[in-house]
Amino acid sequence: MEFYRSHVLVCAGTNCVLNGSKVIEKALSEELVKRGLTKEVKIVETGCFGICDHGPSMIIYPEGVLYCRLKVEDIPEIVEQHLLKGRIVERLLYREPLEPKPVQTYSEVDYYKKQQRIVLRNCGIINPEVIEEYIARGGYEALGKALTQMTAQDVIEEMKKSKLRGRGGAGFPTGLKWDFTRKASGEQKYVVCNADEGEPGTFKDRLILEGDPHSIIEAMAIAGYAVGADKGFVYIRGEYTLSIERLKQAIRQAHNLGFLGEDIFGSGFAFDIEVREGAGAYVCGEETALLESIEGNRGEPRFKPPYPTNEGLWGKPTLINNVETLANVPSIIQKGGDWFKAIGTERCAGTKVFTLTGDVNNKGLIEVPMGITLREVIYDIGGGIPGGKGFKMAQTGGTSGGCIPAELLDLPMDYDTLAEAGTALGSGALLIMDDTKCIVDITKCFMKFFKHESCGKCTPCREGTLRLYEIMDKISQGKGTREDLALLETLSKTMQIAALCGLGQAAPNPVMTTLRFFRAEYEQHIDAKICPTGVCPMGKE
Amino acid sequence: MSEMEKKECCCANDAGKLAKVDAIIEKHGDKPGALIPVLHEIQREIKYLPEAVLARVAEKLDLPFSQVYGVATFYSLFTVEPKGEYIIRVCESAPCHIRGAQAIVDALEEALGIKMGEKTPDGKFSLEFSSCLGVCGVAPAIMINDEVYGNLTPAMIPEILQKCK
Repeated sequence: MEFYRSHVLVCAGTNCVLNGSKVIEKALSEELVKRGLTKEVKIVETGCFGICDHGPSMIIYPEGVLYCRLKVEDIPEIVEQHLLKGRIVERLLYREPLEPKPVQTYSEVDYYKKQQRIVLRNCGIINPEVIEEYIARGGYEALGKALTQMTAQDVIEEMKKSKLRGRGGAGFPTGLKWDFTRKASGEQKYVVCNADEGEPGTFKDRLILEGDPHSIIEAMAIAGYAVGADKGFVYIRGEYTLSIERLKQAIRQAHNLGFLGEDIFGSGFAFDIEVREGAGAYVCGEETALLESIEGNRGEPRFKPPYPTNEGLWGKPTLINNVETLANVPSIIQKGGDWFKAIGTERCAGTKVFTLTGDVNNKGLIEVPMGITLREVIYDIGGGIPGGKGFKMAQTGGTSGGCIPAELLDLPMDYDTLAEAGTALGSGALLIMDDTKCIVDITKCFMKFFKHESCGKCTPCREGTLRLYEIMDKISQGKGTREDLALLETLSKTMQIAALCGLGQAAPNPVMTTLRFFRAEYEQHIDAKICPTGVCPMGKE
Repeated sequence: MSEMEKKECCCANDAGKLAKVDAIIEKHGDKPGALIPVLHEIQREIKYLPEAVLARVAEKLDLPFSQVYGVATFYSLFTVEPKGEYIIRVCESAPCHIRGAQAIVDALEEALGIKMGEKTPDGKFSLEFSSCLGVCGVAPAIMINDEVYGNLTPAMIPEILQKCK
């Protein structure tokens, strides 16, 4: 076994790779060879650190020093000063957005201090392509415990005790869903992981799959044992090439070591997983549309009931869970439902992974206990709004979520509190907008998305998304009328009641919430025929 | 006359291409719900899904042609028309929109001399909109075939296009 005096963790999440982290890593590797350090210093390519705006980044252990915004030219200095002479290179340290003083170590960074990483426990720490690193950090112990020390019912009771709720957006109690599937009649059952992450502003599932694919495999096997399924499918967006590659590799590795296949841990339980790629349809994130897609059909949702837990894939009882939901499972089985329940709020246990995007200094991925306020997320963790501009609006839950004004910044974020405020936690996407952005323009953008993504099966959505977009476009062109506002409201309420699936039901959310909180801005476009921020064409195009 | 011969295209006369299609169908054929994996692999191989090929798939998988065609035209990653050698997808979802996606669209249209939804006359580039690519941490972003480009400014566009040989 080799021992190294120093480990250099290089973030190789997709966002950093786009910023050039592979080039940095290559330069580092070459410099280590040049300086004869290859037996003393090990480079570990990890999943996403989370601070996507500050990449490419690396953390050097044992000190835990975080270097950011690296360029190839910086590498010789890091090797010379830090790795050889033990002197920190201050100019390359992370800096808090609102303070000029640099921060030395990863654990001191505000961005990380408030986080509690359970789902992301391995992201940014292990090399996701090396199963031994997953195992070294406790991987597959939960599966071993479940199969050798617990009955299927014990596993379900632990999941119920944890009070984990689905993290895909709907927030349904996970333990209950597992129980329904277990109790459904039928010999053949399936477990499906919904990795068709299409909600704009959401990229948590991508980074979980890239950074820690084995956590999903382990969770699916535990779920299969609990509900009585011997086969699992991961339905993953076709655009997520690196995630697909990592997952397939991880499945092969798990097979080789006996964590998948026949007689796992000598328990008699068999489980296998197959990857199915999506082909570019947001609606396939809806569970029944997803099932249709796996079956080889157009991704058109089904009527519910029956629910997939009773009649799912090919009519068999099917458990469908989101990537983030599953990523919590090994920890819950290891540490117990009571441990998990103690984190977060009374009604929403555990942590939530949020993706911060838009006009915020630290765009990226964070994991915090449920119940944190939006103000803390934007200012304490996110580093505030760039350029010192004012906060205008946050859209929570992605494009199908609602919009929150400044007055609601102190709302604790969990499924129920946000729903009561007329918005939604959803997938955890947080899109922050500063005061130079136009509400009408961005709502038009949201409606264009739904118009494009509607599957066309039901009239309220097929026609409604088109008309919502047309009216928003009309308003942005300076041709809107007061009647149009009334029509937006009537149409929205109709779609919420009458659309077949969540896409059509949620599509009006941005319209409803922006009309509620920013009506005056709509009225300026209509009555005064001006766009206060100057963004909308207002007839000039 | 077989379905294949009725729907004329180059594939009907390209035995090599047909053989590849048949091999792909053979590989996935036994799998339940094989249609979408088959279409993915065929498109990776021959770049698009002409009607004659869809007819072949329908025949071999024992599915109605309407179902196969319906699936091929439903999903945005599948195309029944030949596209450019490089398919440029520009994300127009909200996180990219507010970080300046329109300026990237303008820069691409100017550099290529075509509008969104069109293909360059030499067949090299297709330009189209895409929904969220899931790389919002580096918005605004585009994909060219399987490669993602992020943190874009209009000035970066000519160099990126140059790299596509």
